[in-house]
Amino acid sequence: MGFHAKHLLGIEQLEQDEIRVLLDLAERYVSLNRGTRKHSSALEGLTQINMFFEASTRTQASFEIAGKRLGADVMNMAMQASSIRKGETLIDTALTLNAMHPDLLVVRHPHSGAVNLLAEKVNCAVLNAGDGRHEHPTQALLDALTIRREKDRLQRLTVAICGDIAHSRVARSNILLLGKMENRVRLVGPPTLMPARIGEFGVEVFDDMREGLAGADVVMMLRLQKERMDGAFIPSAREYYHRWGLDAEKLSHAKDDAIVMHPGPMNRGVEIDGTIADDINRSVIQEQVEMGVAVRMAAMDLLARNLRAAKAGNPERMA
Amino acid sequence: MRILITNARLIDPEANGTPPGAVLIDGERIADVFDRPAPEGIPADAHLDAGGNCLAPGIVDIGVKVCEPGERHKESYRSAGAAAAAGGITTMVTRPDTLPAIDSPETLEFVTRRAAVAAPVNICHMAALTRGRAGQEMVEIGFLKDAGAVAFTDCDQVTEDTRVFSRCLAYARSLDALVIAHPQDPGLSRGAAATSGKFASLRGLPAVSPMAERLGLERDLTLAEMTGARYHADNLSTAAALPALRRAREAGLSVTAGVNIHHLTLNELDIGDYRTFFKLKPPLRSEDDRMAMVEALGEGLIDVISSMHTPQDEESKRLPYEEAASGAVGLETLLPAALRLYHAGHITLPALFRALSRNPARLMGLASGRLASGAPADLVLFDVDAPFVLDRFRLRSKSKNTPFDGARMQGRVLATFVGGKLIFRKEPH
Repeated sequence: MGFHAKHLLGIEQLEQDEIRVLLDLAERYVSLNRGTRKHSSALEGLTQINMFFEASTRTQASFEIAGKRLGADVMNMAMQASSIRKGETLIDTALTLNAMHPDLLVVRHPHSGAVNLLAEKVNCAVLNAGDGRHEHPTQALLDALTIRREKDRLQRLTVAICGDIAHSRVARSNILLLGKMENRVRLVGPPTLMPARIGEFGVEVFDDMREGLAGADVVMMLRLQKERMDGAFIPSAREYYHRWGLDAEKLSHAKDDAIVMHPGPMNRGVEIDGTIADDINRSVIQEQVEMGVAVRMAAMDLLARNLRAAKAGNPERMA
Repeated sequence: MRILITNARLIDPEANGTPPGAVLIDGERIADVFDRPAPEGIPADAHLDAGGNCLAPGIVDIGVKVCEPGERHKESYRSAGAAAAAGGITTMVTRPDTLPAIDSPETLEFVTRRAAVAAPVNICHMAALTRGRAGQEMVEIGFLKDAGAVAFTDCDQVTEDTRVFSRCLAYARSLDALVIAHPQDPGLSRGAAATSGKFASLRGLPAVSPMAERLGLERDLTLAEMTGARYHADNLSTAAALPALRRAREAGLSVTAGVNIHHLTLNELDIGDYRTFFKLKPPLRSEDDRMAMVEALGEGLIDVISSMHTPQDEESKRLPYEEAASGAVGLETLLPAALRLYHAGHITLPALFRALSRNPARLMGLASGRLASGAPADLVLFDVDAPFVLDRFRLRSKSKNTPFDGARMQGRVLATFVGGKLIFRKEPH
């Protein structure tokens, strides 16, 4: 029991217990965040650098607020604008930053595996804030926390993940996490946006939305990137909306108390109907954002404890 | 100079057994082969006791990339030659995918000169099929053939335009020139870094279906039938492609096929946590595909094993998987890796050397690849069992991008002869 990881690179490396420990701690941060004094000293004295090689507003803001509330010195680096343009390699950038002795490195990169590569080269704890179409572990964890709070459990639920599964790191991390916690996962979407042999991950695959949603406890919608709507993967945004966009009629096939989730940012009228997104009885999209900060605080807190224990030469005292 | 090698286990690709025996070298050629202890009193200038180790015709490796001209920091004729000698490769057939491509008699002449002064092994050169390997205009196939090009290939660049490719084949046919391609459907494989399937989906890598190879091969075979050209499908890697190949062979087309050693000994799971030294083109396949290739080799449907030696420097590999360069060095690991198939009981040693030596020599019109009197004295003496752990920094290639770093291997080259000259001898420990 306990959280042993040095980095948070993906859900793949986490044990069921580690996920529970992290979510339990995140609950405490939810309470802290709802109070008027939002500060803790968990990361006091530590330096957190957010390296985003791909544009992001929400995730970066969430990590920044999480770090600041825990007392870390937080620095944001917009990497698209800097050294990469000058031809510096990822590893050189990592080594340069490493020399500044950060304690937590939060990294988003457009290529799968890039964060793993970087983690091999630095001494600090690395958090994956999304790599290519590989993993986005904090998103899956915040989704799990949201589900657990709404459903009072995180097992034996039927979760339908809908949309562009192929290009989605959110989907992959969620498939892994929900599977590890013993839920039924369904994937719903056009075959052109479904990864090859995904059925071998212990999920059910549907291309009909109504069949896929039938009896679901959770409906998780994914964002469809604009550049994929041009006829290459689907004929058009409007045909996509007709067949896979979440509207009241399609949602009626899910359980009556099914919740609707979306990692944001949403394309209203493409993958989700605006009124569903705003329906406070069904949509938990705003809660997801709130849970995001708490989960990231918990993740950084746990990694910092392990980092401090390792630096004190006492790996036994890990979180 | 006459050299008598005695007490050897003879690996004759034309035979089935591996009898003990002796080989007499006279000058540049094999003078005699005795599949029994050599008779007393044979006059020789030198005598080598093989200590019961295997003696086989040297390997003829088709598709070696030496990075001259253009990227000599990755591999030169000198470093590649030393690596080949240490790997038991007595003939390197080089690829034209250099910078610039070897697509004119002038560039061919340059590499021929470089090869002659710098490398101790035999070297033949292949030339590009189209100018700049761009798939638009055919090269001067006649002039290049006269200048010594043994085959024509655009390597991993598929000639997308079917009309261009069919004309190249038809023209090559008139010169009896061999055309080599790495079949692949260019549309499906664009941007792919892995083989589609569970592993690629888990790792989130852009992937290509193995069917893309079948599509490419079926197109090429159709055009080979249409034109009657001599066609070699190299770098095959998938089970899906094999039925088409079998049909073409049964129909009597002048078609041969090759596989690279990595697709016979590794699978996609070896990529593990985005290890870029395992990034190849085509990408590593499933274990089922690997086994299908091993079987096809055993039954002779696949003719040739090559190293597909592709040097890449550290910089081009130390990148996120999608961005990293493809390819692996293989000159020094080809034999020990191929011996994995022997040790696993998939193939006999004579059959292995049919694919490593005899078949590629025949394909290129060379007299080597045989353990018979009159054949060139290109020989490799190796200890088939000797275990070792590969250390990439001890490779002689300038580039160290091997997927076998740290791997346990069996089989060490003890000596290599080219044209009767001892060009490599393993240092005692």
